[in-house]
Parts: sequence; C-alpha cells; structure tokens
Amino acid sequence: MQEALRFQSVDAEPIDRADIVVQARQLRRGSEGATRGLSLTIRGLRKSFGDNEVLRGIDLHIPSGQFVAIVGRSGCGKSTLLRLVAGLDAPTAGSIAFGEQPRAQDVRVMFQEPRLLPWARVLSNVEVGLGRERSSADAQARAERALVEVGLGDKRGEWPAVLSGGQKQRVALARALVSQPRVLAFDEPLGALDALTRISMQQLLERVWRDQGFTAILVTHDVAEAVALADRVLVIEDGRIAQDVTIDLPRPRRRGSAELAALEGEILKHLLEGSEDTQ
Amino acid sequence: MSLIDSLPRVGAPKLPKVDGLIPWIVPLAIVLIWQLACVTGYVPSRVLPAPTDVALAGWKLLLSGELVRNIWVSFWRASIGFVIGGGIGFAFGLANGLSQLSAKLTDTTLQMVRNIPHLALIPLVILWFGIDESAKLFLVALGVFFPIYLNTLHGIRTVDPQLIEMGRIYGMTDGELFRRVIFPGALPSIFVGLRFALGIMWLTLIVAETIAASSGLGYMAMQAREFMLIDVVVLSILIYALLGKLADSASRALERLTLSWHPAFQKK
Repeated sequence: MQEALRFQSVDAEPIDRADIVVQARQLRRGSEGATRGLSLTIRGLRKSFGDNEVLRGIDLHIPSGQFVAIVGRSGCGKSTLLRLVAGLDAPTAGSIAFGEQPRAQDVRVMFQEPRLLPWARVLSNVEVGLGRERSSADAQARAERALVEVGLGDKRGEWPAVLSGGQKQRVALARALVSQPRVLAFDEPLGALDALTRISMQQLLERVWRDQGFTAILVTHDVAEAVALADRVLVIEDGRIAQDVTIDLPRPRRRGSAELAALEGEILKHLLEGSEDTQ
Repeated sequence: MSLIDSLPRVGAPKLPKVDGLIPWIVPLAIVLIWQLACVTGYVPSRVLPAPTDVALAGWKLLLSGELVRNIWVSFWRASIGFVIGGGIGFAFGLANGLSQLSAKLTDTTLQMVRNIPHLALIPLVILWFGIDESAKLFLVALGVFFPIYLNTLHGIRTVDPQLIEMGRIYGMTDGELFRRVIFPGALPSIFVGLRFALGIMWLTLIVAETIAASSGLGYMAMQAREFMLIDVVVLSILIYALLGKLADSASRALERLTLSWHPAFQKK
C-alpha cells in the first residue's frame, strides 16, 4: 500500500508540470517533420549458437512508428531477435534493413536490468545516452528534459543506489530516450518490477511512445502486457513467427476490459497448445 | 534487546563526539591496566616498563631530535617504496586486466615470484644492494607490489560485463569506457589492495631496518635492544601501531572520498 502511494505521488509529477510536457511536445513536433520512427524489414533471419539454431528464418516487416510486442516461451529466441535488431549480435544468415540508414543513436535498447553506472549521479547516467553528442553544449539540458519526461526531474543529483527498482528503470528509460531514438527495443524492461510499478511503467512507456513516435519493439513474457501496449503481437515458437495478431483497439486501453482479455486468452491458448505439443 | 535498542538512540544524537571516541576505549583501557600493573609492581619494570616511563623515553628522544629523524627516515622509505612498488603493481594490474595477451605473457611469472616470501630475499638483497637505501626500497616495493597488482587485476576482471556492454552500446570509446566504467568499477577492489599493501609496507620496512640499517625506527629499536633500553623498544612498537593506524585511516578517508556513490559509504 505504501509502495502504491509513494509511486502515485511520483507519477503525478508530470501532470503537475504539464506545461513542461506540452513544451517538450511542441519542440519535438517542430523538429520531427514527417514521422520519426524507422520502418524495419527482416528477411530470412537465422541465428545459431554452435549447433543450436535459435532463430530459423524470420520474415517480418514493421511499419514506421508501430508498437510491436514479441511474446513466447523462454528460450524461444525472442531476446535473440531483439539483440539482432539492436545490432548487439550479428545474424548467421538473412538481413535486417531499416527504412533509412540509422545513425548510432537512432536505435536504443532498454534491458531488464537498469544497467546504471552506480558511481555516476542520475543526471550523468542519462547523459551517457547521448552517445557521441555527450560533450555538446546542450547535453545537460537535454538530459534534464528526458528526466522530467519520466517524472524524475527532482532526482537528478541522487546516486542510483538510493532509487527504487522502478525509479532506476525510469532513469534507464530516460537514458534511452535522451538521444531521441527512432527505434527503441525493450528486452523485458518491466520483468523485475512489482505489479503496481509495472502498470505505471507500462503507462509511461505508452505515453513516451505516443509523444515521440519511435518504432517500439517490446519483448515480454507477459501476454497481458503485450496486448495492452502493442499495435501488434508476434508469437514466436521454435525460432519462427507462429502467430501475428493485430490489436486494433483504441487507446488509452482500459485494463481488464473484455476485448483485451479475449485477445490475451486467445494468444495464451495458442502458446499453451504449443507447449503440449512438445511434451 | 531493549538495552541494545536504546544505546545508539540515546547515546548518538545527544553526544555526537562520544561516538568517535568509542574505538579508543579499548587501547586506553589497556594502557591504564598496564600502568596500574607496573605501579603496583605486579609486572617488573625490566620485563615491561610503565607507560609513563615509555612516554618519558619518548620525550627524551624527541628533545634530542633522534625520534623525529628516525620516524622521518622510515616514513620516507615507506612512501618511496610504496609509490614504486604500488605504481608498478597498478600498471601490471591494469595491463593484465585489460589485455589478454599481457596477462598470458606475465601473469604466470608474477604468480611464481609472488609465492616467494619476499623477506626470504633479504640475504640476497643485502648481497646485491648492501645495506644501502636501495635494499630497503626494493624490499618494500616488492612487498607492496603484489596486493596492489592482484586486487587491481581482480577489480578490473570483475567489472559488471552488462555495464561494459551498455557503455559500448552508447558509443563510448575505449578511453571513455575505461574512465567511466572500468576504472570506477575496479576502484573498491583497488582500495582493498591498497589497505593490504599499507600493512605489508610497514612490516617489510621494519624487518628490513631491523636487519640492516643505520637509521630509521627499526634501527632505533635494534640499538635499544643492544643497550637493554627496554622502554625505547616498547616505544618503537607503539609507534609502529600508531603509524599503521594512521596509514589505515588515510586510506579509509580516501575511500570515503572516492566511493561516496557506494551504498556502504553513504551517510544516512
């Protein structure tokens, strides 16, 4: 209960500072021109680790600005796919092409662990996200703006060690957002959070995605989370896309609504059937 | 239970200065009991002189300038030896932690040298360097080298690989990665090495000075033994204890300064 109260008060902050958010939104609209997200085309993607073939031919097109969730049982290759998209690993075969040649800061990843530098203050941790532009004159101002965006403007001078798990993950989100990426890959970023913090983080993710218009790829094992957030849910089984479900529901989506529950049930049923087949 | 609970709450906020004195209660009590035992004649003065006699001997040596000179000579040797040995150890630790090739090339050799007790080299060192300054500096440097080397190496090897991956993803150059991720991550371990090294530094120096020297604290103690000046011998031993404590406090202060991010060093 206490946890819920604390986090609500933190979460309420961006609303208190609505003017800043509006300002930031206008700034971004000015600079974005057309849509900001990059489209993504994957052809015949394979990845093996030794004899173990994890991805066995993925073909996929993600339009610019789409929010895609990837679900599947553990070990199905969903995290591997994400790492390939983010350029952390090289594919064994096949290709990943973006709509335009991305710069290094256009593709960002957020991991399950916050991966903050414990010896750097919160603001410096966010500045890390600027990559090569770290030394530019407005680096600090941009980092501060990103922190305000995730509702942690008042924590800029703290050490990461004093933050709660959810707050650390918000700092990691601010770090990923600060370079205004055009593709943002999430590798189960909410997996280690408690249920209430999770819901508020999901809302935060949805908000920044709508504000910034990047292409979002979310790997998760939580089907409810996938159907609540995504435009499209991909189910991966045995290294292939087994199901491609479009979630055509208006946002903001009401958690626990009948439509969401029905979609979730359908996908879960498919996943469970799959597991029975292998047993 | 209730007593333990109440102690810090009642004691700490009202008398903050008392808190800093608590560690000195035991040493002071030992000195008091010692004094009492000597005055009552329970311990004869040729076995152990009273603290007041030791203080008096110290005072006399202080007036003659001998004490300050000897402490200064020892301090100088310790520092120079520490800087040389620590510097080389740190450099090897960095090189072997960062480069597989360097580690393959030198680590086995260093591990073999490490297993020779460095004080066992004293006869050889005397043959090589005589009883010159360089002999003592060599021994101190050798003693200090290994704790610094091993802990620097360990610190660098155990930096969280997830943080290194994060640094690379965010476009850090090798230099930045070292400065912002690897070095700060290795620092707590380097400090452990530093504190071990400080202890070994005094140990090696005093032994070296006891065996072959014409000045310094170890020499002073040896001379006193020759002339049966047991109060000076005890004085020397007490000075070692204080110098050791001083070195430890200095490294702790440095630790608090540079590791303020670490939960263990954060003030509530």
